[in-house]
Amino acid sequence: MPVNHYLFLSLALFSIGVAGVLARRNAIIVFMCIELMLNAVNLLLVAFSRMHNAAAAALDPGTSAGAEAQILVFFIMVVAAAEVTVGLAIIVMLYRNIHSVDINFLNRLKH
Amino acid sequence: MTTTQMLFWFLTALSILSALMMVTSRNPVHSVLWLVLVFFSISGHYILMNAQFLAIVNMIVYAGAIMVLFLFVIMLMNTKSDAEPRHGNRMRLAGTLAGGSLLLVLVAGLRESELRSATLSGPEGDIGLVARLGSILFTDYVVPFELSSVLFLSAMVGAVMIGKRN
Repeated sequence: MPVNHYLFLSLALFSIGVAGVLARRNAIIVFMCIELMLNAVNLLLVAFSRMHNAAAAALDPGTSAGAEAQILVFFIMVVAAAEVTVGLAIIVMLYRNIHSVDINFLNRLKH
Repeated sequence: MTTTQMLFWFLTALSILSALMMVTSRNPVHSVLWLVLVFFSISGHYILMNAQFLAIVNMIVYAGAIMVLFLFVIMLMNTKSDAEPRHGNRMRLAGTLAGGSLLLVLVAGLRESELRSATLSGPEGDIGLVARLGSILFTDYVVPFELSSVLFLSAMVGAVMIGKRN
């Protein structure tokens, strides 16, 4: 497959995520759209790693070029997991305080 | 059209459709389920690119752990499916327009890039396999790997501190 197709697929997913963050008012769905954007970037990183490896393997078969990108994707997933726990705790606290997850109530950063 | 191409287009259509359904569905539980479908199709893309380790990690961590956490929080809150107030369609239209414009600008800027000639049809390579990534992770990247456990510990402490009823 051409790398271009993966590029456009990632751009489409990322833009859907951006549109969701801007259009929705439910804090949980906004958070899920952020996860979608993270995954779009991960997909593009893996596609580029594969492209880099295919180019390097033509000269030196058995090379490990491009493996760093997959390590980076792994660490992005690790950080995303930690981020989700803290973010969901914040949303739960928010719901406990104002009994809603509508982000319109939060535009002054006070109760 | 080869099998790989057919799988690619199927997974692409599946991921974009479910992402759109995730953004547009009113019930948050349905949104979570559509997002799980997006994650599964992205895992399928990883398998197509022979990144098997990341495909499995994506399924376990994202589709398994994180989305279950989201479901738990949504069920804990007991929100009605249409709890979201019906504000005017202006915000929704503005968000859709902004996202579409971003997509348009990015596609127009990258359409003529030199990636057009690059394909992924070379030798398969073994960089995505567990053995290769594991040996790299535990030799060159062992310090960040250990630091991520500190990150998890601090995230855990932070979540407990924030979630505690005082």
